[in-house]
Amino acid sequence: MVTPMETPNPADFVAVSPIFGRFTIEALPLHEPIVVATFVVVALGGGALLAALTYFKVWGYLWKEWFTSVDHKKIGLMYMILGLVMLLRGFADAIMMRLQQAMAFNGSEGYLNAHHYDQIFTAHGVIMIFFVAMPLVTGLMNYIVPLQIGARDVSFPFLNNFSFWMTTAGAIIVMMSLFVGEFATTGWLAYPPLSGIGYSPGVGVDYYIWGLQVAGVGTTLSGINLIATIVKMRAPGMGMMKMPVFTWTSLCTNILIVASFPVLTAVLALLTLDRYVGTNFFTNDFGGNPMMYVNLIWIWGHPEVYILILPLFGVFSEVTSTFSGKRLFGYTSMVYASVVITILAYVVWLHHFFTMGSGASVNSFFGITTMVISIPTGAKIFNWLFTMYRGRIRFELPMMWTIAFMLTFVIGGMTGVLLAVPPADFVLHNSLFLIAHFHNVIIGGVLFGLFAGINYWAPKALGFRLDPVWGKRSFWLWVIGFWVAFMPLYILGLMGVTRRLRVFDDPSLQIWFQIAALGAFMIAGGIACMLIQFYVSFRNREALRDTSGDPWEGRTLEWSTSSPPPEYNFAFTPVVHDNDAWSDMKARGYARPLDGYRPIHMPSNTGTGVVISALSVVFGAAMVWYVWWLAGLSFIAILATAIGHTFIYKRDYHIPVPDVERTEAARTQLLTAEAR
Amino acid sequence: MSSRTLAVDPNEPVEFYLREEHDHPEGSSTMLGFWIYLMSDCLIFAILFACYGVLGSNYAAGPAPRDLFDLPLVALNTAMLLFSSITYGFAMLAMEDKKVGQTQMWLAITGLFGLAFLSIELYEFSHMIHEGATPQRSAFLSSFFTLVGTHGIHVTFGLIWLVTLMVQVAKRGLIAANTRRLMCLSMFWHFLDVIWIGVFTFVYLMGMLR
Repeated sequence: MVTPMETPNPADFVAVSPIFGRFTIEALPLHEPIVVATFVVVALGGGALLAALTYFKVWGYLWKEWFTSVDHKKIGLMYMILGLVMLLRGFADAIMMRLQQAMAFNGSEGYLNAHHYDQIFTAHGVIMIFFVAMPLVTGLMNYIVPLQIGARDVSFPFLNNFSFWMTTAGAIIVMMSLFVGEFATTGWLAYPPLSGIGYSPGVGVDYYIWGLQVAGVGTTLSGINLIATIVKMRAPGMGMMKMPVFTWTSLCTNILIVASFPVLTAVLALLTLDRYVGTNFFTNDFGGNPMMYVNLIWIWGHPEVYILILPLFGVFSEVTSTFSGKRLFGYTSMVYASVVITILAYVVWLHHFFTMGSGASVNSFFGITTMVISIPTGAKIFNWLFTMYRGRIRFELPMMWTIAFMLTFVIGGMTGVLLAVPPADFVLHNSLFLIAHFHNVIIGGVLFGLFAGINYWAPKALGFRLDPVWGKRSFWLWVIGFWVAFMPLYILGLMGVTRRLRVFDDPSLQIWFQIAALGAFMIAGGIACMLIQFYVSFRNREALRDTSGDPWEGRTLEWSTSSPPPEYNFAFTPVVHDNDAWSDMKARGYARPLDGYRPIHMPSNTGTGVVISALSVVFGAAMVWYVWWLAGLSFIAILATAIGHTFIYKRDYHIPVPDVERTEAARTQLLTAEAR
Repeated sequence: MSSRTLAVDPNEPVEFYLREEHDHPEGSSTMLGFWIYLMSDCLIFAILFACYGVLGSNYAAGPAPRDLFDLPLVALNTAMLLFSSITYGFAMLAMEDKKVGQTQMWLAITGLFGLAFLSIELYEFSHMIHEGATPQRSAFLSSFFTLVGTHGIHVTFGLIWLVTLMVQVAKRGLIAANTRRLMCLSMFWHFLDVIWIGVFTFVYLMGMLR
């Protein structure tokens, strides 16, 4: 009845040694001079950094105060650092692509071979979404949400630390691929059958899979954590409709995370089975269906873009109302708009592949739902405009980024509506018009929002403002650079140029690619100015210091505590009576309590998160290279560490009253010095 | 507390902070957090069910459910899992009564039922593979093994967790932290039961009808 069949076995494609798996010395990309040079620079720089850390004896401090910390503020900052470091990597990929495309005309092959170029555009997408945008957004939410709701930490502080390290572990696995082996050449979503074992027999797709799976654990857990925090830990009096808008949009984002990342986990697991076990989910034969993959990955992928943008809508709301000196216009409509976007995010995924032939009715449905999203988004834009209307607007950096966002994002939104029209999409699908569109909303929305948020909350997190001069230089270079880099792509897209091309035949197109490259270099200048801004601000930190805790005349609770906040955030739990709780407290003569402190109950630090994440890197790398014994061993070690952790029952401590008194007295001193 | 709005007169002096400090009761968010986790896990199963729905009739000229499934065996298997849920319920009742010995006994019985379930499932799998119905044979078999196997892996981790908790209860008794953990495992265990009812109906019963 049943005949045993020949099955595709990964081992057929490559020799697997029992000790080293499929790793051989040839796997090191020594034949790629660009990669070797990068490796030398990274090795020297990294070596110097490690040496410096050892020389100044800061390892113990880093381990005790940062790596094992369960303080949401420190974890938030570590997320931000991870995101900024990975931004440099992702941007290096971007500028390499821009150079290649500007050069590869008139018979020139450019300077990147096809294999390398394909890895670069894949890595650029993966890194920018998963290891730049996600950590920066998560970092911002981690830092700000507990402060905005008057909490001392998140619901599950250990889980928070663990989530951060799992995200970092994923980033490390992806970064390993640069120097050991290769990265995927499939594009950032790794569609099968191209990403199947037959067409991608190398380690690239496996690096992609395990990097994302490990990071995905962190993202999902952090989503659960922040939902529980927002639902359970709000200060007394803060009903749902009294939450700051940033907290609201964070709640929506984390709901989206929890309801979409498992889909990514599942679909990547199925791809893994296809590649490792030889199952037939997404293959072309034995009944497999590659369309399943495309559907499933976008059921995660579309909510993902709202995961990225929603918190920044919150940032813009906070910034607009603070710097206009007014209560946010249309708070209720803002909340409902966010919730509607959250729901609609799940019913638009098919617009990413209108051309796959789902038929007119299906395409119409998804085209219409996509267009409908522009309504709540438009409502938000008008709310911000009405907040500014007759406000006393202060053009500080966060506000400048917000205005740049509004002007830029509206264009990106409108090209999005254009792409949502299925017949138009048949012309523009996979063209540079699409590339221009999503960079327009991701840079113009997510990144500008992050920069607004970083400049806005830096005084809170660091204790000093960021230097406005270098900030403005960065701002203008970024904004103008963005327009110069991406408007040519709209034009090229309309002329029919598709994405991911390495060389071009038509010389008349070259000028547009050269303009785009110029824009990319302006953005490089913007990034450089931003790094200088951080350095200059740190050097001038005494002059830029925020002693009040409230440098912008803020409106929400995070501004009621010191900058940076003490580890316990609030000596006394605040009681909320109004949407803009801190404005309300200031208006009604709130007096800061100076005595009657109590011991404060806090969670203890733990190194378990670091250990499990480090083991996950080992596990991921072992799976990539088919080193089965090491994979098994590290998996058992992960389980053992996790179980061992549950035997620790004592996970909290109390900050004694004298410590609280000392911290609060220092703040009193600062405040009185400023009042004088 | 947090869902209530305090009605205040704007001219009245109001309290802006709590003088009397209260610790957040330990583990007050755990049940909510675990629920949300379960729902995220549920989504993974939803995707696997969807895959089975789409690919479940792609036999690739290989065996179909009717050729492979042994309903009496699956019924026995289902009974094992359902009984394990009941006995877990008894363990929770004993826990409420603070009876450590009884709790442990019911937990052990639950574990044995779980183990029986897994053994029968492994027997079923090995039998199918022996007949040539491997996960690689067709998209139907790929999605069948993945869906049922993922449930089985969950039961395996549930068993590891169960043993861990029995050790912890033995060491420290039914302290608050342990009862909270037992509640979480209880939700997990019943959740797997619900998933299995879906598997039994959707994969086995409806598969036999095809």
